[in-house]
Amino acid sequence: MTMTNSATLAAPVGGLYHRRRITNKVALGLALGAAGFGLFWLVAILWTLLYNGLSSINIALFTENTPPPGGEGGLLNAIFGSVIMTTVATLVGTPIGVMAGTYLAEFGRNTKLAEVVRFINDVLLSAPSIMVGLFVYEVMVVRMGHFSAWAGAMALAVIVIPVVVRTTEDMLKLVPNSLREAAAALGAPQWKVITMVAFRAARNGMITGVLLAIARISGETAPLLFTALNNQFWSADMNAPMANLPVVIFQYAMSPYEDWRQLAWGGALLITVTILLLNIGARLLAGLGTTRK
Amino acid sequence: MTMTHMDANSHAHGSRMIPPTAFAGGERPIAGAGLPEKISVRNLDFFYDGYRALKNISLPLYDRQVTAFIGPSGCGKSTLLRILNRMYDLYPKQVATGEVMLDGTNILSPKQDLNLLRARVGMVFQKPTPFPMSIYDNIAFGVRLYEKLSKADMDERIEFSLRRAALWDEVKDKLRQNGMSLSGGQQQRLCIARAIAVKPSVLLLDEPTSALDPISTAKCEELVDELRSDYCIAIVTHNMQQAARISNFTAFMYLGELIEFGNTEEIFTNPTKEKTSEYITGRFG
Repeated sequence: MTMTNSATLAAPVGGLYHRRRITNKVALGLALGAAGFGLFWLVAILWTLLYNGLSSINIALFTENTPPPGGEGGLLNAIFGSVIMTTVATLVGTPIGVMAGTYLAEFGRNTKLAEVVRFINDVLLSAPSIMVGLFVYEVMVVRMGHFSAWAGAMALAVIVIPVVVRTTEDMLKLVPNSLREAAAALGAPQWKVITMVAFRAARNGMITGVLLAIARISGETAPLLFTALNNQFWSADMNAPMANLPVVIFQYAMSPYEDWRQLAWGGALLITVTILLLNIGARLLAGLGTTRK
Repeated sequence: MTMTHMDANSHAHGSRMIPPTAFAGGERPIAGAGLPEKISVRNLDFFYDGYRALKNISLPLYDRQVTAFIGPSGCGKSTLLRILNRMYDLYPKQVATGEVMLDGTNILSPKQDLNLLRARVGMVFQKPTPFPMSIYDNIAFGVRLYEKLSKADMDERIEFSLRRAALWDEVKDKLRQNGMSLSGGQQQRLCIARAIAVKPSVLLLDEPTSALDPISTAKCEELVDELRSDYCIAIVTHNMQQAARISNFTAFMYLGELIEFGNTEEIFTNPTKEKTSEYITGRFG
């Protein structure tokens, strides 16, 4: 390479190159600033939560029911209610979601019906949860004449379904067609191809979807306000109003009593940690799926 | 049930195996005449959403012989292969017309049960496609579809298939390991074992070695040579040396037409068509 050549390489077109370098630096600075701004608030929220919530994490939180103002107590009934309703909602929503997602990915490819279902599912996916609460209130609470844990679980199930439909479809679409052909080439009928090969290949992704759906509903407040309401006392009756963490946090955090507000912080920390763990679990599972390929 | 049916088939063809070389230099137009035809393709046309991809194909596939399909990319070799087990039926807008007779029945007939057909006509694909399950289950999957075997019988069948696919010694101590943990060449032999396990009478190999290294390719070719005595084998390949090495008969296809079909030795040493000799000498394709 000659001298003139290396000289032109160092500064190709003078001013233009210089301007690009500056533009690059400005863009990089802005992007870093935006990321830092977002991260700052996230850390601030977590810090506030830990600062205020850690002091109220104790044995009583998990062993005693919600107290009257001024009394001693914990969140046992609310934790129990949240776990029960989340479990029922997941058990109801997951099979429906998986089946609908399977229809979209395996049977309904390129059909008009699948397009319509997919569109409606996307609308449902982004529907405000308070509308889901209102809907179940109209359909179940009004007809039954009272609030109940069943209604709460159904409202949460309605939120679970679109999340599971979406992830199931996406994950099944990632399964290479060659795998389906290979199974069909052995004489396997379509339902066996799907249940024994496609599901197996997409399993980790589908479980991830369910975990994300659980994470999503474990913090939902609006749909429960209209359906399960709340319960000051211990109750395992699915036909009666049931205590649950989000609504307890909502009520206690806005109360004038210091000990109630303290419990609300504890509950908020509990939910956040749970969701964090679910998300980490989902990430680990998803990672497992990609490394095995 | 299927098994007795298949046994009956293989009996029907008996051991009338005539070495293909006996016909070399004989009557050219009827290559392989006298051999039992396992599959007869007659006046076959194929359409992808209206586009005519195969044009009036007629040729025989002889039992216990290897037939190679060669030709440049897009000439319809794989398409033809995918008609023989009606793989194309998985996709809408793909239509085949004409006749494909397998043991005397037209498999293109709408009455043909596709799953039973595919259990009789096994297929191995270009890319190895192990199922995401153990090596054992990979093979047992197809067997369980049509047969109820005791644990001992299943173990025996799995060993039989793996031995037949020359993979047994490499995997016998890790049958419970995931099939995807094997190397590419091993995966492909696993797929061949899987196809053999359901006891088909025809094996379709769609460029089975194009994704493999030379050593694995050699192993697969040896395997095809071994399997020739029991199956009617059709193989699509881009590798002309491979076609020359392992096949008894060769079909040269070009732009959806069958240009020439004949004894492999004849096709490679003394082709009758200009196009064929141009292709095998590497002047195009």
